[in-house]
Amino acid sequence: MALLTIRNLTVRFATSTGSFTAVDGIDVTVDKGEVLAIVGESGSGKSVSMLAAMGLLPDTASVTADEMTFDGHDLLAMTPRQRRRIIGRQITMIFQEPVASLNPSFTTGYQIEEVLRFNAGLSKRQARARALELYRQVGIPEPEEKLRSYPHQMSGGQCQRVMIAMAIATNPRLLIADEPTTALDVTIQKQILDLLMDLQEKTGMALILITHDMGVVAQTADRVQVQYKGRKMEEADVLTLFEAPSHPYTRALLSALPENATGDRLPTVGSFLEPEVQP
Amino acid sequence: MSAETPVVQGRNLIRDYHVPGSLTRAARTVRAVKGISFSVDRGKTLAIVGESGSGKSTLARIIALIDPASGGELMIDGKPVDIGKARLTREMRSKVQMVFQNPYGSLNPRQKIGDVLMEPLALNTDTPAAERRRRAEEMLAKVGLPPEVFNRYPHMFSGGQRQRIAIARALMLNPTLLVLDEPVSALDLSVQAQVLNLLADLQAEFNLAYVFISHDLSVVRYIADEVLVMHQGEAVEQGSREAVFAAPRHPYTRELFAATPVTDVASIRARVARRQARRAATA
Repeated sequence: MALLTIRNLTVRFATSTGSFTAVDGIDVTVDKGEVLAIVGESGSGKSVSMLAAMGLLPDTASVTADEMTFDGHDLLAMTPRQRRRIIGRQITMIFQEPVASLNPSFTTGYQIEEVLRFNAGLSKRQARARALELYRQVGIPEPEEKLRSYPHQMSGGQCQRVMIAMAIATNPRLLIADEPTTALDVTIQKQILDLLMDLQEKTGMALILITHDMGVVAQTADRVQVQYKGRKMEEADVLTLFEAPSHPYTRALLSALPENATGDRLPTVGSFLEPEVQP
Repeated sequence: MSAETPVVQGRNLIRDYHVPGSLTRAARTVRAVKGISFSVDRGKTLAIVGESGSGKSTLARIIALIDPASGGELMIDGKPVDIGKARLTREMRSKVQMVFQNPYGSLNPRQKIGDVLMEPLALNTDTPAAERRRRAEEMLAKVGLPPEVFNRYPHMFSGGQRQRIAIARALMLNPTLLVLDEPVSALDLSVQAQVLNLLADLQAEFNLAYVFISHDLSVVRYIADEVLVMHQGEAVEQGSREAVFAAPRHPYTRELFAATPVTDVASIRARVARRQARRAATA
């Protein structure tokens, strides 16, 4: 059963030179316990569509959709107050820059306890105990000490673990990870992806992974949605996408991977795509 | 021993950073590069691979004659160079050029593209103005940009176009060696492919030597002749691309390889099967 359903989502930004369409009629569905990868290059609207679903876009954005439901609840019809009961509790999100996502002026422990007190309704004492438990769960070494650490005293990988701990603190049904490993080294990337997949399997939450990296897609996704310039090009299960991509853009992306290079030159997306870009 | 002198040679290069002490902490010295040796021939590419903190960018700045080495010897075209001791000659300055990772940060936003390209000639050579202009226009064509960009500013270009401009600027002085510090890391996959192709074309045309710094093993495998893997300031593995990728010897190199995501269908199929098996077991 679909957990999140978005139909015909369009996001326009008012700019000084007129309106700019960042997302143009996109459908997104994710089932319970499913890992969906949304893949695309910059400007594909992959982040904007998820920010729209979360209601996190600035006022300059106009969001329209035929349907936007989460677990049967209509997100479009909700008041902001009702929406906040779902966003941040049942749907949580982590971002690309873990160090920038945390407030530098407070200890990481304070920040996760804040989430637990406001979104999970725990007392201060309960929050502290649960924070420690979460730090252990996401594999932060010396968790007691790290609760008292400020973001700058921790590495990028550790800060992303803190962000993940915060994001799973409320036992969400859906976690949206926007380029969670792009700022990290490959060995750390592997650890973070392993952690996310492990948590996903243990808790049964759904996971939407926004990424530009085909390698990350190959290692994590059940199903993949390819976006280009605000439109959906192709949607397929992960094996089909890599084995028999049907859209020229997907084929172009895959053959532009240096590890798939067959000759001396890399094929570029332009050389594939010129005839037409129709979803 | 090849008859040709390598374009660049490093012997036991060392770089120390001094961290000043405070009330509670004594001053100490951090050795960021711990004795690295290498050489690159004309027309060849040495890829230096490592993660953040491995010292790869520090080494790149030494090779690019930006920072002096604290120890060891650096030779360009067989001549020892030490910018800590003597000012660089114009000739030496022209031989080695650098391209940085972030094309948004490495171009002056208030300088037109034409001026960006002509400036190295004005500073380092006695080329007359008309000739400078002609050479800049020629170089724009070589990196695949139309002549009308001459009078535009950097903000009017995409990341890939800016990286082409940065490469064009680096080539204005006919260098023999380009030091490229993560030149495609900030670019989208499709643009990355275009810039890598451009670099390959330019290398063939000008017989350039490249020192290519990267953390991305799939890019390295595509572009490198020789590979040097750095970890905590040391060269843990060094050899031809074929040898390093076929049989990595050092545990760190193997760890790096294992962590790099693979996109071949067989491994995806295996992963999907494992996942379904685990699901069936819990259901």
